[in-house]
Amino acid sequence: MNVKLRVWRQAGPDTPGKFVEYEATGLNPNMSFLEMLDEVNEDITKRGEEPISFDHDCREGICGMCSCVINGEAHGPEYKVATCQTYMRSFQDGETITVEPFRAKAFPLIKDLIVNRSAFDRVIQAGGFISTSAGSAPDGNAIPVPKQDADAAMDAAACIGCGACVAACKNASAMLFVSAKVSHLNLLPQGKPEKDKRVLAMVQQMDAEGFGACTVTGSCEAVCPKGISLNFIAKMNRDYFGALLRAPSKAKAAHAD
Amino acid sequence: MNLDAKIPSGPLAQKWDNYKRDAKLVNPANKRKYDIIVVGTGLAGGAAAATLGELGYNVKSFCIQDSPRRAHSVAAQGGINAAKNYQNDGDSVYRLFYDTIKGGDFRAREANVYRLAQVSANIIDQCVAQGVPFAREYSGYLTNRSFGGAQVSRTFYARGQTGQQLLLGAYQSLMRQVSLGTVKVFPRTEMLDLVIVNGHAKGIVTRNLITGAIESHAGDAVVLATGGYGNTWYLSTYGRGSNATAIWRAHKKGACFANPCYAQIHPTCIPVSGDYQSKLTLMSESLRNDGRVWVPKKVGDKRAPGDIPEDERDYYLERKYPSYGNLAPRDISSRAAKQVCDEGRGVGESGLGVYLDFSAAIQRLGEAKIAERYGNLFDMYHEITGESAYKVPMRIYPAIHYTMGGLWVDYNLMSNVPGLFVAGEANFSDHGANRLGASALMQGLADGYFVLPNTISGYLAGQLGKRPKADAAEFKQAEKEVGDRLQKLLTIRGKRTITDFHKQLGKIMWDYCGMARNEAGLKKALELIPKLREEFWKDVNVPGEGGDLNQSLERAGRVADYFELAELIVLDALMRDESCGGHFREEHQEEGECKRNDEQFAYVAAWEHKGVSQPPVLHKEPLKYEEIHLATRSYK
Repeated sequence: MNVKLRVWRQAGPDTPGKFVEYEATGLNPNMSFLEMLDEVNEDITKRGEEPISFDHDCREGICGMCSCVINGEAHGPEYKVATCQTYMRSFQDGETITVEPFRAKAFPLIKDLIVNRSAFDRVIQAGGFISTSAGSAPDGNAIPVPKQDADAAMDAAACIGCGACVAACKNASAMLFVSAKVSHLNLLPQGKPEKDKRVLAMVQQMDAEGFGACTVTGSCEAVCPKGISLNFIAKMNRDYFGALLRAPSKAKAAHAD
Repeated sequence: MNLDAKIPSGPLAQKWDNYKRDAKLVNPANKRKYDIIVVGTGLAGGAAAATLGELGYNVKSFCIQDSPRRAHSVAAQGGINAAKNYQNDGDSVYRLFYDTIKGGDFRAREANVYRLAQVSANIIDQCVAQGVPFAREYSGYLTNRSFGGAQVSRTFYARGQTGQQLLLGAYQSLMRQVSLGTVKVFPRTEMLDLVIVNGHAKGIVTRNLITGAIESHAGDAVVLATGGYGNTWYLSTYGRGSNATAIWRAHKKGACFANPCYAQIHPTCIPVSGDYQSKLTLMSESLRNDGRVWVPKKVGDKRAPGDIPEDERDYYLERKYPSYGNLAPRDISSRAAKQVCDEGRGVGESGLGVYLDFSAAIQRLGEAKIAERYGNLFDMYHEITGESAYKVPMRIYPAIHYTMGGLWVDYNLMSNVPGLFVAGEANFSDHGANRLGASALMQGLADGYFVLPNTISGYLAGQLGKRPKADAAEFKQAEKEVGDRLQKLLTIRGKRTITDFHKQLGKIMWDYCGMARNEAGLKKALELIPKLREEFWKDVNVPGEGGDLNQSLERAGRVADYFELAELIVLDALMRDESCGGHFREEHQEEGECKRNDEQFAYVAAWEHKGVSQPPVLHKEPLKYEEIHLATRSYK
């Protein structure tokens, strides 16, 4: 099969970018989308030009490194898959495919299709952990965790931190990402002692990074490669307001908006 | 060179306790005076950096990804072993130790493996405390599954994403330390050289992958936890970015490389479908708990799997290894698959595949139960192949998955270069000639959380105030060498692409140094590799410049290192004139199984670099077994 690509090329954050067209010919429908880009890059290299920069690593949908908006959809047309797990059989022969980076104020562009998602790391640094040091843990079976809680925590923990939720949101909100981590840890008995502090600190950092507000359109869930549920946003809101009520007045003032 | 493994005295079961009793410590007030460099943020590196930060050291943590959470440990699916014996099925520290030593075909160091089995239980405790959502029973207690090479259920898991969840646990601990100010993370930064000052590893030279800046970082000790070198074979289950550059540059600076020929070829991967393929995808070994492996009995039987009646199928693993059946260890299962395919009984278009069939399990347990156990793996298989494994059997074939070899380390996890520590897959120490399933996660976290933080103080105690400045002459020299090499790659502007060379190297490695090896093939590879390397340095085309983000330049440097490493792998495979574990020399077999030669080869082969195109020098560390008797490995 053959396709025409319109790819966003931008040499750096301070230089203007533009769409550049490329032909990708003789493709096998069982190729992954990134393998198609590999082939296009081989051709570009052979022509003596600089190939398209794009993030990728595991190529099995789990590391969260790949990050393309394909035909206007973060991670492309298929439901619950990352860009790397998108295959050419999902496209029509002769189709024109538009490829862009994840765009958001909090994800500044580095080059071509590559953006900087360090904001996510800083949100985790604010409280996305349980404060336990190696060596201090009791026996793994000392605290039973109801299976339904462990399963729900796992549903939330499945987030790969790719940022598609942000890219898909008209407000570039990170609520799905943040709520997944808050829910994962707050659902478990091990995470309960820091429950309030965690949700307040993570939300505060999320706002500081410049992510937008959530208006519950659900576009995040629709593009999430792991199908993280919108319900976690509801859970985080509940945890957040509960924490505000319980927080000392100083902390309340910090979060008053 | 005398390679002293520094194994503590006393009976096997007491060595680690004896070691800790006698270990030199760094007092809490002094810990903050030390800077430790940790390269790599997978299970070993992430856990080590976090734990060293918890102890109070200043840690600089480096990774090539945009976030430490993306290291390739994230892709491990099936589980992590631990000798908890929660199942009351006869497990113990000794049994996990013995299974691991036997699984490695008696080519691992006894004391290291015993320690690994001992700390395995602490790992589970630690991960549960961090909030790793392991699978549980309705009682709320942890559950287990079985993995290859064991007759007990000791594998803990988080659906099919155990590696991801364990890595997120380590990553979150690391982020906590960043917020506390003990750890500084350098993402998108690649280590390109090790700096040695007065014979000690005291820093690294890195390239900022965004700006291209070459920078020096000095430390009191350097920890490499940069994973394995399976991408030397081009197609593998590794991440595309996984590479051997950090350990290879350290090797060129004096660290011995041990057992490079020990590579694991995993039996259950999705078969190759075309030339364009960039990587192979693993289907977790846990699937062999419920899936049955078979091929048609008749050669060239091209009927659809459903049309082949039961009595015309050969469930060859169950036939050949009745007591372990479909859970025979990886090296054995892989070779068995190769054998049936070589006989012309392989399935799929290429004939390089075997079936992994769940129909019996679905009949027995129902589709819902199978979906609960393996749903995400079945989804992944469907995404890649477009086939539903609920309806038709999966097709699988072996692929390069892990490397047991790596930099030589002693019991402290320190290489022969003082101050250079190596953890996780990057070192050679625990898996011998074959690694059992669910043991890589165990080793990575054991090294990172419990071993290295306890052993590094012994070295650091004598090093207070000896850290050089990052502008010392040794750093300037290393920076210049790194810069010159990058410039050289950029000025060739030849006709062939990097991928083109890498694919060709990978094919040589797979054909002559893959699942089955022989003298003639290995010698042939030793002729081909240096020639291709020469051509690479004359004719490779590396586009772009060095002063900004340039993925081609990154890849070119790594492929250049694979060329040198590949030669050492083949040399080691040729030297090891026996079969053991994943290293199968066709000359040495008994009814298709590995035939070890303990009299001549019961040693660790540690190679010392003497310059590119110069023969490396072999140092032998004899493997002395105090507790166990060497036996023929049988899973029949």
